[in-house]
Amino acid sequence: MTAKRTTLSDTLSAALDNPSVRGRSPWRDARERFFRNKAAVASLVLLALITLACVFGPMLLPHSYEDTDWDAMSLGPTLVNWHLFGTDELGRDLLVRCLIGGRISLTVGVLATLASVTLGIAWGATAGFIGGKVDTVMMRIVDMMYAVPYLLIAILMVTLLGREFYLVVLTITVFSWMDMARVVRGQTLAIKSREYIEAAHAIGVSTPAIIFRHIVPNLLGIVVIYTTVTVPGVILTESVLSFLGLGVQEPMTSWGVLIEDGTGVMESTPWILLFPALLLSLTLYSANYIGDGLRDALDPKDR
Amino acid sequence: MAEKLLSVRGLRVEFKVRQPGAWPWVPPRTLKAVGGVSFELAAGETLGIVGESGCGKSTLARGILGLVPAAAGEIVWMGKQLAGASASTWHAVRRDMQMIFQDPLASLDPRMTVARIIGEPLKVHRPELSDAEVLARVRAMMVKVGLREDMINRYPHEFSGGQCQRIGIARALILEPRLIICDEPVSALDVSIQAQIVNLLKSLQREMGLALIFIAHDLAVVKHISDRVLVMYLGREMELAGKDTLYRTPSHPYTRALLSAIPIPDPRLERGKQVAILQGDLPSPISPPSGCVFRTRCPQAEARCADEQPAWRQLASGAHCACHYAA
Repeated sequence: MTAKRTTLSDTLSAALDNPSVRGRSPWRDARERFFRNKAAVASLVLLALITLACVFGPMLLPHSYEDTDWDAMSLGPTLVNWHLFGTDELGRDLLVRCLIGGRISLTVGVLATLASVTLGIAWGATAGFIGGKVDTVMMRIVDMMYAVPYLLIAILMVTLLGREFYLVVLTITVFSWMDMARVVRGQTLAIKSREYIEAAHAIGVSTPAIIFRHIVPNLLGIVVIYTTVTVPGVILTESVLSFLGLGVQEPMTSWGVLIEDGTGVMESTPWILLFPALLLSLTLYSANYIGDGLRDALDPKDR
Repeated sequence: MAEKLLSVRGLRVEFKVRQPGAWPWVPPRTLKAVGGVSFELAAGETLGIVGESGCGKSTLARGILGLVPAAAGEIVWMGKQLAGASASTWHAVRRDMQMIFQDPLASLDPRMTVARIIGEPLKVHRPELSDAEVLARVRAMMVKVGLREDMINRYPHEFSGGQCQRIGIARALILEPRLIICDEPVSALDVSIQAQIVNLLKSLQREMGLALIFIAHDLAVVKHISDRVLVMYLGREMELAGKDTLYRTPSHPYTRALLSAIPIPDPRLERGKQVAILQGDLPSPISPPSGCVFRTRCPQAEARCADEQPAWRQLASGAHCACHYAA
């Protein structure tokens, strides 16, 4: 028996050393497919640049996001005193404020999206897979969540618990996971009746393993697309909350707040609107193209 | 006869169906997909199950495997009662009973590589095996079913239908089961590939001492692979007999109608053939005909057939048959 096992593993390692037999890892394939997609790669670079600028930019620039430059109020973009994006009506440097605001918007966007996507997948896949009464009850809870006025709850939470950054993320998560749950449930219902799920039952795979090994990976395409749609929604919701004074507080800022400020003065000093809006749009476009690229790369049928 | 492996007695599988547009408080009606089927299977034996579409062949297979619950009857597997058994009993039994599916591509997870698909039963039932060991067994099994080892990291859609069915067979065989239920394993394949797959199953059966339950609607394929054949109609057994008895001297009028519909590969003979074409369609299994379920289409039906359900009895030829007039 021992001798036989040795020969088996010997043949195996010999086979693995032979490059013609060695298989390609699916992740390597996916990576190669992703990097062949030019729009996705360009978007990835752009998003990385924006993120790096937001993280390190404010440390390198001579201005602070809250200090007023008395000699330069509502100044257009200029090289004078390094106000590259100009200043707002209080004389604060717009570039630094855009980058600081980007930190908030990107953090909220990533955290709230991750949390709501995770919750939505778990909820939707469970409801769809188990079906029957459990499904009915879980989806009615989703319907009830839609009926709750989220601003009211947000105001309540801020009043009771104070203005905290994590509260913003929490509020957005609690009110943005339902769409994902619905989409995932529908898709799960479709996948559940496929023959390979029945095959897994026949093999004796346990229910949680069927959900996580067979159903969730097959949801990947729709989840990736839907996630890239969620990111912009979440960033915009954050700006609504901030505008109502429920999000970050002045002089701290976010892209949503900056855009809100800019709209008021766009006829006299349009750059105050233009720059944050440009950054937000570039980020959202990048997210969409990266999502497209990921979906194509992760679909094994699409080579 | 060899050791008795599986014994099914009076197995019924029923589904609740709600009429479309009915009020929610109207109780759903019962669809009797399988209405009392009994047979026994010996180790190493092949039982063919034939019947037209919708006669409950696949549901019977799923009932035996516990994929749909049995409404009544017994499933005895090597002395163990399975109908209504606990999940852990079923789990232990699944190691010995595997299934091959009709649509080769659809029965393989599109996001798994061949290595993971074939290795999954090992991961479930033999968690003590190391990854390298699993991989080695998967490779050995791939060679056995006629797949090249270097295809191990490919995805299902990169294979032809016949190759996909070979993957399905490898997955079913990797635990070295005692019984494999083949649910129309060749219906979706080209004729030339059908022969390859059927012959592969036959040789693997000889090699590993497998019992097979082979479901098909192609009578020629069933004749080629089976030892005994069970004919079903509307969820009931019509006739169960040894292959030669059944094909040479069919006892039940339904079996005769099925056999006369086999095309003869000679145009002159085919033109002169007398075909007993059945009139009408399969009745609804929600409200099956009274008495003998086949009477609405049977050329020999008489008043007695509507009143009395024919008994499942053994004939002089050794065949079992459910017809008042079979001799």
